[in-house]
Amino acid sequence: MTATPLLRATELSKTYRVGRALLPARRRAVQAVSEVSLEVMPGETLGIVGESGCGKSSLGRCLMKLQDITSGTLEFEGRDITRASAARMRPLRREMQMVFQDPAASLNPRRRVGDLLSDPFRIHAACDRAEIPDRVAALLRRVDLLPEHAMRFPHEFSGGQKQRIGIARALALRPKLVVADEPVSALDVSIQAQIVNLLADLREELGLTYVFIAHDLSVVRQISNRVAVMYLGSVVETGPVDRVFSAPRHPYTAALRSAVPVPKLDVPRPARTILSGDLPSPLNPPPGCRFHTRCPRATALCRAERPALLPDGQGGALACHHPLEA
Amino acid sequence: MPAEPLLEVSGLTVSFRTEDGLVEAVRGISFAIAPGEIMGLVGESGSGKSQTLLALMGLITSPNAVLSGSVRFRGQELVGLGRRALDRIRGRDMAMIFQDPMTALTPVHTVGAQIVEQIRAHERISPRAARARAVELISAVGIPAPADVAGRYPHQLSGGMRQRAVIAMALSCNPALLIADEPTTALDVTVQAQILELIGRLRDEFGSAVILVTHDLGVVAEIADTVRVMYAGKVVEEGSKRDLFTAPQHPYAWGLFASIPPLEGARPARLSAIPGTPPRLSALPAGCAFRPRCAHAHAACAAMPALTGEGGHRAACVLSPARRAELLAAGEARS
Ligand SMILES: Nc1ncnc2c1ncn2[C@@H]1O[C@H](COP(=O)(O)OP(=O)(O)OP(=O)(O)O)[C@@H](O)[C@H]1O
Ligand SMILES: Nc1ncnc2c1ncn2[C@@H]1O[C@H](COP(=O)(O)OP(=O)(O)OP(=O)(O)O)[C@@H](O)[C@H]1O
Ligand code: SF4
Ligand code: SF4
Ligand SMILES: [Mg+2]
Ligand SMILES: [Mg+2]
Repeated sequence: MTATPLLRATELSKTYRVGRALLPARRRAVQAVSEVSLEVMPGETLGIVGESGCGKSSLGRCLMKLQDITSGTLEFEGRDITRASAARMRPLRREMQMVFQDPAASLNPRRRVGDLLSDPFRIHAACDRAEIPDRVAALLRRVDLLPEHAMRFPHEFSGGQKQRIGIARALALRPKLVVADEPVSALDVSIQAQIVNLLADLREELGLTYVFIAHDLSVVRQISNRVAVMYLGSVVETGPVDRVFSAPRHPYTAALRSAVPVPKLDVPRPARTILSGDLPSPLNPPPGCRFHTRCPRATALCRAERPALLPDGQGGALACHHPLEA
Repeated sequence: MPAEPLLEVSGLTVSFRTEDGLVEAVRGISFAIAPGEIMGLVGESGSGKSQTLLALMGLITSPNAVLSGSVRFRGQELVGLGRRALDRIRGRDMAMIFQDPMTALTPVHTVGAQIVEQIRAHERISPRAARARAVELISAVGIPAPADVAGRYPHQLSGGMRQRAVIAMALSCNPALLIADEPTTALDVTVQAQILELIGRLRDEFGSAVILVTHDLGVVAEIADTVRVMYAGKVVEEGSKRDLFTAPQHPYAWGLFASIPPLEGARPARLSAIPGTPPRLSALPAGCAFRPRCAHAHAACAAMPALTGEGGHRAACVLSPARRAELLAAGEARS
């Protein structure tokens, strides 16, 4: 018997309408997420990487049901929640939480940290009112802050501490799933290391499942079991994170991997694949493989036919007509 | 003989009066930048990198801020200069890319209109030509469908696209000094490579100098000539890129290098991280501010260490050079 995935997206798409384009006066559609299918098993961490603007945040918000899903289905613990109403989502909100990139912007500057952290308990009537201060103190300790920090305002904390507060708030009600959108991008490497360690500890202790969106491949490798690589709204390669980053098979993944700047001098570095060619627009995606305008391996087949995301026989999947050797 | 500096900063301090007392965000920083030099500025979140840059641009406007020291650009003192005179320099001779792109963009105009305005503020050029230039710039920073994106509002772009729109704006006048606060933090590595190339081109073609704040030491290794490391409002180490990468001297810098997660080889069970939290800037310990977190702290660290060293490679730490070499050889900067 295979276990039920905690989260399953099937051909999930998200389209935005944008108006007032320079040329035609009519409104046009941006397909930010295009038929993405993925599963996240309980306890695992799925990393998501991809080009800026390829739809990672849009996908993350759809997975959290923070915005409408245009088409496709989304299941949480086997239940279809694609069209679930706000009322039906309310109990589920406890179980799925989001951590945002910019901790400063997601914390109301006029409220004390203790009040911010009490909200989840109050809104969901998760415990006795009298118990709340103890719960808040425990949460603060859990993320290596001090109970007396509850009296302070967000601006009195450093970037890393604010991110801890964001994490504490997401964890208040012991969710099953946490979607973290670039949670450490704004932090220096030492504080980043502290937060990554903290997220890993919390995963062990609370049995959490993460979807971890980031563009730092080393950080993604450190925290994830599997990774999904996105390009222009679609998943192009998935697999165990070590395999995907050490031996990428999709040409876009290979280009991404080769562009990582190495924090050392005088090390022989792999030749960087410079992506040239026209950047495709999500307003008007190219036919065939969406990467063909920039792919060094593109052929006539790639220009004509869109490759499907197919299992690669090694626990991953790949969408390419001419993948790199395994 | 080194070229005359383009920018010379001496004794720069920035403090804020708060309920908590005086917060000393920048505590007496001095450095010079030559034309064509790319300086990487790294350091802990909250160590004063952004406040330093804002002070250079004359952009610290809080009524509670107290600023002192001197900032000379091409020999002209900028501290205390009037707003009109500053406006003539800013945007044209000195341009800044802000850490938060929304600081530079207003939500009510399209990004194209905002870039056009920036170009026309400093150059006599027709609206049409400015518009064409704006679209060109948007394309140069790697945004697809540039003409279309020019017609969109900031909230209709992804985080990385907004950041690139701000970069396009800063590059629009080929400034002699580009001040960039984490310009590529929101970008994926392929786009980052493209932006770094643009910055390199600005230097090669126009001889521009660049101050680049980043926490990505890979970016520093790639593009910087010189590096400064900040901790608690002070520069604690400075030198050439080679100095910093081959023989870092300050224990805080060691901690930074050790914290970088590896992209290859075995995954460590835990990342190495500097223990403890950054100091409160309103209650700094006497002497070396890194003392409460430093594994090598001893009695001598209670006095403020000066920035000392040979050949432009200097660190603010009381450990003897011999002792530091010993610790470094024993693997201090390795994870
Ligand atoms: N509210 C919106 N209205 C119109 N278009 C949008 C909106 N939000 C996002 N988009 C578009 O959808 C696409 C995907 O954006 P998204 O923010 O999901 O990308 P991302 O992968 O998170 O990028 P980044 O790495 O830069 O954060 C982009 O082309 C963006 O312009
Ligand atoms: N208006 C203000 N009032 C009081 N303190 C302030 C104010 N603005 C900034 N600070 C403090 O000044 C210090 C330096 O901030 P700065 O933004 O320069 O840090 P940074 O090095 O850029 O950090 P990061 O890497 O997180 O961007 C911080 O501790 C911050 O809390
Ligand atoms: S399908 Fe063709 S164009 Fe697309 S990634 Fe593979 S080789 Fe390149
Ligand atoms: S001066 Fe002392 S406390 Fe400061 S970094 Fe050097 S050894 Fe550590
Ligand atoms: Mg995003
Ligand atoms: Mg900053």
